[in-house]
Amino acid sequence: MSHIDNPSHIVENVSRRGVLKGVVASGAVILVARSLPAQAAGSLPKYTTGASAMPHGTVNDPHIFVAIDSAGLVTIVAARAEMGTGAARTSLPMILADEMEADWARVRIVQGEGNEVKYGNQDTDGSRSVRHWLWPMRECGAAMRMMLETAAAARWGVPVEEVEATNHEIVHHGSGRRLGYGAVAADAAKLATPARETLRFKDPAAFRYIGTGSIPAVDLFNITTGRAIYGQDVRLPGMKYAVIARPPVLNGKLVSFDATEAMKVPGVEKVMELKGWTWPAKFQPLGGIAVIARNTGAAIKGRDKLKIVWDDGEHASYNSDSYREAMKATAAKPGQVARNEGDIDAAMKGAAKVITAEYYLPHIAHATMEPLAATAVVTDAGAEIWSSVQSPGGTRDDVAKTLGLPVEKVVVNNMLLGGGFGRKSKCDYAQEAALLSKALGGTPVKVIWTREDDLQHDYLHTVAWQRIDAALDSNNKVIGWRHRSVAPSIWSTFIPDPKHLQPLETSMGLIDMPFDIANIRCETGEAAAHTRIGWFRSVINIPQGFAVQSFAAELAAATGKDQKEMLLELIGPPRIVDPRKSVKELWNYGEPFESYPIDTGRLARVLELAAEKAGWGRKLPEGHGLGIAVHRSFVSYIATVVEVAVNKDGSWSIPRVDTAIDCGFHVNPERITSQIEGAAVMALGIAKHGAITFKNGRVQQSNFNDYQVVRISEAPKVTNVYIVPAGIEVPPSGVGEPGVPPFAPALCNAIFNATGKRIRQLPIGNTIAI
Amino acid sequence: MITLRVNGQVQAYDGDPSLPLLWYLRDELGLTGSKFGCGEGLCGACTVHLAGNAVRSCAVSMADAAGHEVVTIEGLDPRGDHPVQRAWRAVNVPQCGFCQAGQIMQAAALLAKTPNPTEQQITEAMDGNICRCGCYQRIQTAVRAAATGV
Ligand code: FES
Ligand code: FES
Repeated sequence: MSHIDNPSHIVENVSRRGVLKGVVASGAVILVARSLPAQAAGSLPKYTTGASAMPHGTVNDPHIFVAIDSAGLVTIVAARAEMGTGAARTSLPMILADEMEADWARVRIVQGEGNEVKYGNQDTDGSRSVRHWLWPMRECGAAMRMMLETAAAARWGVPVEEVEATNHEIVHHGSGRRLGYGAVAADAAKLATPARETLRFKDPAAFRYIGTGSIPAVDLFNITTGRAIYGQDVRLPGMKYAVIARPPVLNGKLVSFDATEAMKVPGVEKVMELKGWTWPAKFQPLGGIAVIARNTGAAIKGRDKLKIVWDDGEHASYNSDSYREAMKATAAKPGQVARNEGDIDAAMKGAAKVITAEYYLPHIAHATMEPLAATAVVTDAGAEIWSSVQSPGGTRDDVAKTLGLPVEKVVVNNMLLGGGFGRKSKCDYAQEAALLSKALGGTPVKVIWTREDDLQHDYLHTVAWQRIDAALDSNNKVIGWRHRSVAPSIWSTFIPDPKHLQPLETSMGLIDMPFDIANIRCETGEAAAHTRIGWFRSVINIPQGFAVQSFAAELAAATGKDQKEMLLELIGPPRIVDPRKSVKELWNYGEPFESYPIDTGRLARVLELAAEKAGWGRKLPEGHGLGIAVHRSFVSYIATVVEVAVNKDGSWSIPRVDTAIDCGFHVNPERITSQIEGAAVMALGIAKHGAITFKNGRVQQSNFNDYQVVRISEAPKVTNVYIVPAGIEVPPSGVGEPGVPPFAPALCNAIFNATGKRIRQLPIGNTIAI
Repeated sequence: MITLRVNGQVQAYDGDPSLPLLWYLRDELGLTGSKFGCGEGLCGACTVHLAGNAVRSCAVSMADAAGHEVVTIEGLDPRGDHPVQRAWRAVNVPQCGFCQAGQIMQAAALLAKTPNPTEQQITEAMDGNICRCGCYQRIQTAVRAAATGV
């Protein structure tokens, strides 16, 4: 079931080969690299990343990731999950191919199964793929290239120093003899992998693919022809289709059910209870009643006919309106101190002016375009899963645990993901399929989540109330900053509810606040979770970043300053901000602070870049406004300028967005651009429509009619993306997530500049009351 | 017994006539290119051509499809080289790709009827097709490119 057939990628790259040969013909570039001293650009990096701290770390062995057949076809394993960023199946293999001097037209990609012992960490989350795998992939490629050279030199009986691998063949410089990769592949495969310290790397100037953005996504042809296979598309002989009625309230229990009518639906074959777990239960299923049928349509119709009595339990008290008021009251009181510098109380007392603002962001649902689906076959021999999951290795572990099997007896095949955004990090759906197949004696079962299931049983993005108080002196200088963040914690999914945000969460936009202010206090307020809280693309950076970046513009308005100038003043001189001296624990996105510090120079630079490119300060038509925001997340720096157009009737649109990103060394600028374009659309959805609300413990929304996402008519007309250039010595940083947080505050800052109206609670809706 | 043509082939179906066409295509015929995104006619992921019109196959019953010609993404062009497909590739439209079969079928139906659409006509025709990854800017560009020739 792996995506091995890829005519497109072969067809489309063939046309590029002429171009590439041209590059090779002037091959001096590559030769120069080899004559450089050992410590030139082609050496191992001088920084470390958090990759080795991830479970199972990284693997840099070509014996694991590369196979070459006798015809020279290079097969590269994509072990991480591909959900649309292009990182897993295009960018990482491209790094390897480039470094091993493979011709991309003769490369194919196969998807690796969930196996972290073999492949290293596969948890595709946290905007980590290129950040953690740039070097392991280069190392794999360099090792493979050197093994090919060694094999060819042995074949010719010449010193290895005299041969060079270039564009899919090995050349002997003395004689001009050439051997294709296929001719020496078998010999090369028998060689031991060279030690890491002995690897020779290409000079970045000789990269053919890295940094060019010229390689289309590997799955492009199959996607445009309907051949790409997602988790929803898996089909096995004899497979049954299941949909599940889950308890509508968290920890609700089944009292009774009547399947008489459901069983009368043509195609429905069985109705059965599915075991559930009491919260917190990580990614274990909620349980419920499963309807098993010969096709999905019959299963859905059968479920509609079920009569079920639930005992809702304590979380039936969860109502979004009253919860919001309770959070607001909490934010009015001192909370747990998460960061403390100087003396905030004295600053507040001595202030000439205190400015206060509060912000509210509701729960949001991931609503991946592909609703969740998983297929399983579980027999005495073991379990096999076919699904689309962000963490194939983690899924393997979790399925093994739930079934009581050793991990060696669980195989997880990963398909393409029709979007992930953090939802598919949680493999409850794969476990459901496994439990059902086991209960049915090994029958292949595909569990399908409908859109209603997806919205009503998500691991939702948290709901948050934010309050910021700033103390200003008589010169309007900000001398004190107090930020209280109240939101249920993700940890409530894993451990008994701590009811306060934990360091992983406070580090995303609260305690890592980079402003140059003498007296700072950040606090968390108590907030209990009443639904499954998860992580959504860029996580709690969304509400915390919204508060900080909206408030900066409020300070600008209060002091008669320009939004950008205010931000530059708050950011202060270029320096490294190190909150570690004043916090218990800073989670730096899992990275060593030394490699990825909080650098206000880089922060200010993207701000200036976005402003310049957007024509900040330019004359605008009536009703238009520009707004700006800048935020560091996933160790990248991003600034966004939004232009909004507000009509007299309050309807509004976005003619233009300009975003600058500094993500360090970058591999695939074309896919970075697409990620930032997409982030603007998704963040607009959060700002304009996104709200999951609860009444009596139940999610009130059901489908795209009442949980709206952005459509083409309301999307930004143009999103321009500017990537800050960076050399190979600059550590790469995140791309998939960090585009989201600055968008909503930039938008609301633009609306303020257009209308004078300050929006502090999302979603905005289709019209702005002016 | 219901008969219909799917991508040029005659098919016979004797199950529940209220079954949405989408599940017949996907689960019974194995044509998984048409996607399930909402089941309520709200997202366009399941878009196919029915008698030449773009329809939401999740909202068309087998009874309604009876006797008609259905074209899915698999049948749009034998080599996958329909102008819309070519434009989609030239512009690198997809991210995750899950919505794209529906987008392409929608765009192909638009261009069949309106070969030179205005920007506004493109936006209106594509507004029922959600792309959660947010590829809209490129979708707009690609439809324009398909109309003008790539
Ligand atoms: S699945 Fe048919 S419109 Fe969404
Ligand atoms: S490409 Fe992912 S939903 Fe459109």
